Amino acid sequence: MLQLPLVVTTQVDLVLVLVSLLAFWTRLSRLSSPNAVVFDEVYYGQFVSLYMKRVFFIDDSGPPLGHMIMALGAYLGEFDGNFVWNRIGAEYPSSVSVWSLRLLPAVCGALCVPLVYLLTLELKFCHLSALGASALLLLENSLIVQSRFMLLESLLIFFVLVALLSYLKFHNHPNSWFRYCWLLLSGASCAAAVGVKYMGVFSYLLLVGVASLHTWNLIGDRTLSVCVQCVCRAVCLLVVPVLLYVFWFYLHLTLLHRSGPHDQLMSSAFQASLEGGLSRITQGQPLDVSYGSQVTLRSSASQPIPCWLHSHKANYPIRYENGRGSSHQQQVTCYPFKDVNNWWIIKDAGRQELVVSSPPRPVRHGDVIQLVHGMTSRFLNSHDVAAPMSPHSQEVSGYIDFNVSMAAQNLWRVDISNREAESESWKTIMSEVRLVHVNTSAVLKLSGVSLPDWGFRQLEVVAEKLFKAHSSSLGWTVEEHRYGTSQEQKEREAELHSPTHIDVDRKMSFWAKFLELQWKMLTVKQEDSEHKYSSSPLEWITMETNIAYWLHSSTNAQIHLIGNPVSWGVAHLSLLAYQLLAAVYLLRRRRGLKDLPDGVWAQFVCLGCVCVGGWLVNFVPFLLMEKTLFLYHYLPALCYLHLLSPALLEHTHTHLLRYTHTHSPAHRSTHRHALGVCLSASQLQALKWRDSWDILYRRR
Amino acid sequence: MAKEECITQLNTAGDTSTLRHRRTVPTSSETLQTLSEDRRSQTAELDDTQSSNGTSAHFSPGGHFSQDPQSSRVVLMLVAGLCFATRLYKITEPPHVCWDETHFGKMGSYYINRTFFFDVHPPLAKMLIGLAGYMTGYDGTFPFGKPGDKYEHHNYWGMRGLCAVLGSFLPIFAYVIVQDLSRSYTAALITATLLIFDTGCITISQYILLDPILLFFIMAAVLSMVKFNLQRFRPFTSYWWLWLVLTGVNLAGALGVKFVGLFVILLVGLNTVWDLWRILGDLSLSLVEISKHFLARVVGLILVPLFLYVTIFAVHFVVLNKSGPGDGFFSSAFQSRLIGNNLHNASMPEYLAYGSTITVKNLRIAGGYLHSHWHLYPEGVGARQQQVTAYLHKDYNNVWLVHKQDNNASQSVTADLVRHGDIIRLEHKETTRNLHGHLHEAPLTKKHFQVTGYGINGTGDTNDLWQVEVCGGQKGDVVKVLRSKIRFLHRATGCVLYSSGKTLPKWGWEQVEVTCSPYLKETPSSQWNIEDHINPKLPNISLSVLKPHFLEILLESHIVMIRGNSGLKPKDNEMNSKPWHWPINYQGLRFSGVNDTEYRVYLLGNPVVWWMNLASLGLYPIMVAVASITLQRGFSLGQKRIEHSLVLMREGGLLLLGWLLHYAPFYTMGRVLYFHHYFPAMLFSSMLTGITFDVLLKSTDLLLRPPYSDWLQRLGQMVLLFSVLYSFYLFHPLSYGMTGPLAHEPGSAMAGQKWMDSWEF
Repeated sequence: MLQLPLVVTTQVDLVLVLVSLLAFWTRLSRLSSPNAVVFDEVYYGQFVSLYMKRVFFIDDSGPPLGHMIMALGAYLGEFDGNFVWNRIGAEYPSSVSVWSLRLLPAVCGALCVPLVYLLTLELKFCHLSALGASALLLLENSLIVQSRFMLLESLLIFFVLVALLSYLKFHNHPNSWFRYCWLLLSGASCAAAVGVKYMGVFSYLLLVGVASLHTWNLIGDRTLSVCVQCVCRAVCLLVVPVLLYVFWFYLHLTLLHRSGPHDQLMSSAFQASLEGGLSRITQGQPLDVSYGSQVTLRSSASQPIPCWLHSHKANYPIRYENGRGSSHQQQVTCYPFKDVNNWWIIKDAGRQELVVSSPPRPVRHGDVIQLVHGMTSRFLNSHDVAAPMSPHSQEVSGYIDFNVSMAAQNLWRVDISNREAESESWKTIMSEVRLVHVNTSAVLKLSGVSLPDWGFRQLEVVAEKLFKAHSSSLGWTVEEHRYGTSQEQKEREAELHSPTHIDVDRKMSFWAKFLELQWKMLTVKQEDSEHKYSSSPLEWITMETNIAYWLHSSTNAQIHLIGNPVSWGVAHLSLLAYQLLAAVYLLRRRRGLKDLPDGVWAQFVCLGCVCVGGWLVNFVPFLLMEKTLFLYHYLPALCYLHLLSPALLEHTHTHLLRYTHTHSPAHRSTHRHALGVCLSASQLQALKWRDSWDILYRRR
Repeated sequence: MAKEECITQLNTAGDTSTLRHRRTVPTSSETLQTLSEDRRSQTAELDDTQSSNGTSAHFSPGGHFSQDPQSSRVVLMLVAGLCFATRLYKITEPPHVCWDETHFGKMGSYYINRTFFFDVHPPLAKMLIGLAGYMTGYDGTFPFGKPGDKYEHHNYWGMRGLCAVLGSFLPIFAYVIVQDLSRSYTAALITATLLIFDTGCITISQYILLDPILLFFIMAAVLSMVKFNLQRFRPFTSYWWLWLVLTGVNLAGALGVKFVGLFVILLVGLNTVWDLWRILGDLSLSLVEISKHFLARVVGLILVPLFLYVTIFAVHFVVLNKSGPGDGFFSSAFQSRLIGNNLHNASMPEYLAYGSTITVKNLRIAGGYLHSHWHLYPEGVGARQQQVTAYLHKDYNNVWLVHKQDNNASQSVTADLVRHGDIIRLEHKETTRNLHGHLHEAPLTKKHFQVTGYGINGTGDTNDLWQVEVCGGQKGDVVKVLRSKIRFLHRATGCVLYSSGKTLPKWGWEQVEVTCSPYLKETPSSQWNIEDHINPKLPNISLSVLKPHFLEILLESHIVMIRGNSGLKPKDNEMNSKPWHWPINYQGLRFSGVNDTEYRVYLLGNPVVWWMNLASLGLYPIMVAVASITLQRGFSLGQKRIEHSLVLMREGGLLLLGWLLHYAPFYTMGRVLYFHHYFPAMLFSSMLTGITFDVLLKSTDLLLRPPYSDWLQRLGQMVLLFSVLYSFYLFHPLSYGMTGPLAHEPGSAMAGQKWMDSWEF
């Protein structure tokens, strides 16, 4: 029986709505101007293009979720990926929907403002403080700038705030079953935050720390049975984020199935699993490497550059620049391009012929072989002569008999390092082998050093005696492979296909790919060089430097990343004030003087844990990092401070003072930089409040 | 209520996570602890006469090992005897220079010869080595050229003996520390056994190295701290003061040997903060008494160590008063102190003039000389012109000629002086290139411009012109050699010659970058002084350079040391050890000998000992987690069990903190690391092992009923002891030297014992 009248009562927080509208207005208005590539868009844009073209790439700066979200925006805006992201300031053609490319980060940036409002309420401060916090965030030019372009920070901050908010919701409503949805949401946003940038890990650890403290208190409460609760929390905050994090990679690898520019960084097996590229070459290759096989050997090391074992018709110079002598035999190097000189033939030391017998005799782990260079027919040789650039190691050469009583030492033992059985045969692409020199038990190694001009700046290959257990520069993989048929010097005529076809694609599971990709992302290092706008963490507090994001090609219109000096100052003052206040409170409490009632004290402590803790975990790690850092790395930490200031003000007001205190945001003067307004040189000069800000003037 | 207090502490103390488990102890058990402490202090008072060596009068709760003071003294003597026997055995073998003896022995000789040198570590250990050598009749003439050089008739045993004796104290200290912490003889004995029979500890103690001395001071500091903690219920007594001041003395010693001493200072500091926090919470004490406590600690743990540390440096500077290999690292003023340096009682033309031959030194500390050489900047780094760098060593490539902007040689008989505001050209004497700046990015500091050498025979272009500016001077002021701070402003771009202090990569020979900075603020990095000055047209005048103040010297030498330390970047071909290698004993260090004919010594921990430590590091968190959850959940436990849990959580926690402080920071260090850096942490980890295994074995009654559990406990202790002894028997050739074939060949003494492929003996 339907009861009438049917009544819906809703409460709408008009302030919240208003703040949100303002946030959307500041973040979304004139989103497509400037119609040009701004700062790091040039970097992230290329990945968006690659997503659109489904081409595999590897970005060592962070996990793929942020890139995928931006790519989603591009997908919705029907961007086809055909734009060359080569320089900052390049104009977008009309076919590119700039608005949609920038939409999602901007929306996330805008949503941060109401989130901060709710978060302040959830920290049990009043609506006025909430308004203050959201106003600070709303009027922070640096956040506006960072949100309005294809950049990751706004996404990161958004997910971090969602995670915190939903965890506090969970914690503050102890008696509803619905709370576990909040917990689940919290875990999921943590995963998303970490998935956008590794920096999210810091906030995630903070949240886990706070949650484990709460759980610890729960364990102490003997009136409750806590097993189920603990398990629920562990699942939501530990298991779910890990699974989701892996899921982002699953999406990433599913979306990107074509080979592309970063293939070379990955192992041969990984490359072969991508469409095009190596798999096109390796398709239908014989699997087992046999005596007489023609192969190219790729070094497993991706540092400094992937390359293949190579030799050519040039000898080591008799004397090097520093006066040391060499064997003057033929050079053996590692060459980073496909070349006919990369082909080697596997030869049985006991036989003469260079063709594959039928049936083929596969090479197994432990067999002793010789390697003959395809074009010059020299044998791969090593001897007790110091290598050209790494004098601690042995030289590797193509053997030439100069009749100087230097016997050939060209026997190599095959050592398959990823074998499963002792008698395993040497497989194309899948086996990683070490070539152990039989006479000296040295191992063929890519030293990673470039040879000088006489070696055509190719990479040095040596044999190293010290048997260091694990180093990828010792491993070699057969990449291209065919069975040799001709005894003569016309190897390149016929490519022979043998019946043992393999489909390498199927051989690599998702987990293997995930682990390899993750490992490569964490270990591949770009060269660290100082950037014109880079800064050190301590400069962020005083805002010493800014970053010029964009400058119009003819006028003085420009965009800078620069904080609002007033809110910046307020934020850091309140950080200092909180610490002083907390120290005083703590010392007095220790002496038995309780200034605050327990409820207020808990609130104060909670505020400190979230805000000061959040600032600490997002700032202190940078002091230890050696990479190039920019002002925008500080923005997440800054958000925590903006959350802190009004709450602390309220605390001071209600518990320490009795009179009100207001502060006015001085936002107008620097906001022009955020929005890319055109100003004259003198107006610009007037805005240069600090000498160290690099504001650009166009010379007339 | 107590629990609540703990919780609020937990909530507020965000930065003391390492102390967390120590704080979760409910006060109910704290009273229990105080009770036992009181009883202990009573017993201590009873036989105060016997406690003079601080170890004999200890109350051992319940353990089957309960002993009277007499037998405990016997045990201690036994431990000490074993320590000295293992460390001093074959101390003079091998009779040649091993590994870093080449550095530290050499530095000991420098003290005997009073020659100034530069090292990245503070001087205490090397002074002690020098002193030991001097006392035992070493005359400082052995050159310590390279590892493998034979000592022949030189007296080297004294220096090695000092290190070995100090190294012998480590197990003794560890024994006493663990006994005082856990009040369990078995735990202390386990620790002592581990350390006595660890081949790594033996090897590192037997040679002229800084580590045994460093380890000695670290352990002595921890020991004094623990003893001081035991005195906490009798504040301001003479023993209380003794241990407080001894802690301070040992901290100064540790820091005076290596900067690694900072970690033990941090440990003691955290312990003190925790102690003060406890005192502050004791409402029966008045604020005056609390401030007395506070001030006493400030004096004992800050002022005394600081004073001693400064004294060490004062002695260092007084002893080393002759010019030596380390001069170039220091400023002109510093060098003028050293007898034999060309700035000591220097005599040169007083004012800079055209046609002079000069060297120019940057004023930032450890700034280096303006330098150039026959090498070009590589492709991709600015313009491909000749490199200009800053170089710390004295070298003929540091020499420049001062020219007027237009002509090469001044014709007049008298020399024209260079004045403030003059425009000059600096020609590099060796390569005849001019100092040149232009609008290309500098190699490392991208905000600055590149500085190069350009032109041939002094003929270049307008970008070679620099305006001389005397800091604080006016137009027309002359430039005083050594005493004027001058800046070189680039004429064409307006930037100022600047030394960024960043080390160039290999193409720049790891010298320091020199740039032209567009930021004109006056900093030492952009100020230079003229150091050497030769001009035949001007009379030489004896110049007394302002002698620097002692504190200035101290500060300068520290900055130079820190720069030197961070400059020790790993080289490509060098063996580079990673911190994660260390606890698993992954790879040792070759001290001496490579071939099978040589006497080989290999620094490697006794694998059984080290893997036990590793196991206990894994076991400890599990045991603590179980113990703390049961306590937090309030399950009723026996008195003995609660005591074990508390020992595990508090004292174990202290040791774990020590281990972490001495291990974790290495992960963030960019400098080159070696296996022996782990030894301080290893000592803490061994002590933790003692406590962990002891508690584990004493908890056997969880599994079995009383008579059997005691048997099991005994059995466990025996197995521990014999496995350590047997492994020592197996691996002792590593420390005491081995000859004959290498380990991978049959017939070697170590055949079959290469348990890991990475061991290289």
